Amino acid sequence: MNKQHNNRIGIKAWLNPWRYGIERFAYWLMRITGVGLLVYFIMHIYETSSILDGKEIWNKMLDLTQTPEGHLILVLVIGMSTFHTINGIRIMLGHGGIGVGKASRPDYPYAPKSQNMKNKLCIYASIGLAALAMLYSVEVMFGE
Amino acid sequence: MIRESMIMKIHYATALGSVALVVIHVLFRLTQNFHDSLKFDNVITNYSLLPYSILLELILILISIHGFNGLRVILLELNQGQKYETIITYGCLASMIALITYGSRTILMTSMGMI
Amino acid sequence: MAAIKIHEENDQNVKSIAADIKPKNKILFKITKFNPHVDTHMKYVDYDVEYEHWNTVLDALLMIKHKVDPSLALRYSCRQASCGSCGMMINDKPSLACFTKINELGSDVVKIEPMSNFPILRDLAVDFTQMFNTHKKLKPYIIRSDSEISQSNEIKEFSQDPDSVEKYIQFANCIKCGLCNSACPTMATDSSFMGPQALTQAYRYVSDDRDKGKNTRLKIIDERHGIWRCHFAGSCSKVCPKGVDPAMGIQFLRSYLLGFRD
Repeated sequence: MNKQHNNRIGIKAWLNPWRYGIERFAYWLMRITGVGLLVYFIMHIYETSSILDGKEIWNKMLDLTQTPEGHLILVLVIGMSTFHTINGIRIMLGHGGIGVGKASRPDYPYAPKSQNMKNKLCIYASIGLAALAMLYSVEVMFGE
Repeated sequence: MIRESMIMKIHYATALGSVALVVIHVLFRLTQNFHDSLKFDNVITNYSLLPYSILLELILILISIHGFNGLRVILLELNQGQKYETIITYGCLASMIALITYGSRTILMTSMGMI
Repeated sequence: MAAIKIHEENDQNVKSIAADIKPKNKILFKITKFNPHVDTHMKYVDYDVEYEHWNTVLDALLMIKHKVDPSLALRYSCRQASCGSCGMMINDKPSLACFTKINELGSDVVKIEPMSNFPILRDLAVDFTQMFNTHKKLKPYIIRSDSEISQSNEIKEFSQDPDSVEKYIQFANCIKCGLCNSACPTMATDSSFMGPQALTQAYRYVSDDRDKGKNTRLKIIDERHGIWRCHFAGSCSKVCPKGVDPAMGIQFLRSYLLGFRD
């Protein structure tokens, strides 16, 4: 079966967050931040392991990472981890059936109860708090 | 074979555990002056504290499990097939073990003053 | 429906079909044509359609089929969102053609494509085999040992109070149109994923207090490409034309596996 016949959207469906509302945007952001944080984590383990090579190498590594660019990456990591944490807790609660509404006889126009305001607010809050955390980290890293 | 529900329960548990511990890890840096906190001698002093080393080791284990399982989930959804799925599953497991081993070596050797 | 015009690809000779009623509105339909046995790529064919404000997308498609292009392949039946046959991508969104009014689209162009994440049979008709097989795999029926059909010809009735019906009636509204599977981001890449349609139907029976097959179904869904590949993106619920809210059903089903429900 060729790709056209198969007709699966493929990875384009993951990469396009602008359809199906804020929940799909949160899904996209969750994936992106997850992968970003894993990459940072691996880099962080590698970076900090330079301490085994002594003070000189450690300082060289600091010269490489403690730069404005390095701090910008850290700011981004703080934003990503804040969003990933708060949205992750929302998803975990949802997976446990908490905050997804109550089953009942559907009425037209059938607004899905699982996509309720509580969930939407939580997504907006996770984005907002991520922005605040980034602002605070900018203040800490670039301040003085 | 471990059931998927068990893997995902571990995924959630490691998420919650790492959030709590990473908060302590970050606060530890903020209790000192941010720019001084990475000075060689300060870092060595931190590592010499046993509870802090244990904290770092736990963070290393929890995030590695959570991160590589997350990667496994993404890659399993990206493509399918018995051979591919076996490679992804064991590949992620091996990467996770390798990262934990590599990070543990740093924590253990530094905290024991072997530098 | 009043009149219709067609111009295919670069064909400048626009053919007009006689109108009986004075047309109200004009719109361009861009419809996918694809025969997997012949074509290597999908192509879009343009049709100028004149429509009345009450016309649905299905009305327009049938008009095109009957008066302009009889080769256009599509599946439909009830014309009232009950049979779940006419699911397709309408302006990039999985929708039922019979449940979508042209003038509610708010667009000058209506792009019609076969429902994504389903193999194409021809043009707008897609293959439901995998979805129905997965649906069957999750045992969409009441499971219990004391069946209502017994050897002794004794007719048994499993009574249920109205409150119990409310727990699953929402999920029993599913018409198996496949729109949820088409919108699901996991279905877009994971050919082995069970999909929101089947998982929601598993919950429909698990939440039915006459059913005793909960553990059987939970075992089936607790696998690598089962319920855990749902990430609560909620797109399934956004497109469901019957208010089934598959995302809700799936999370309730998962909560059994996580120990939040007995």
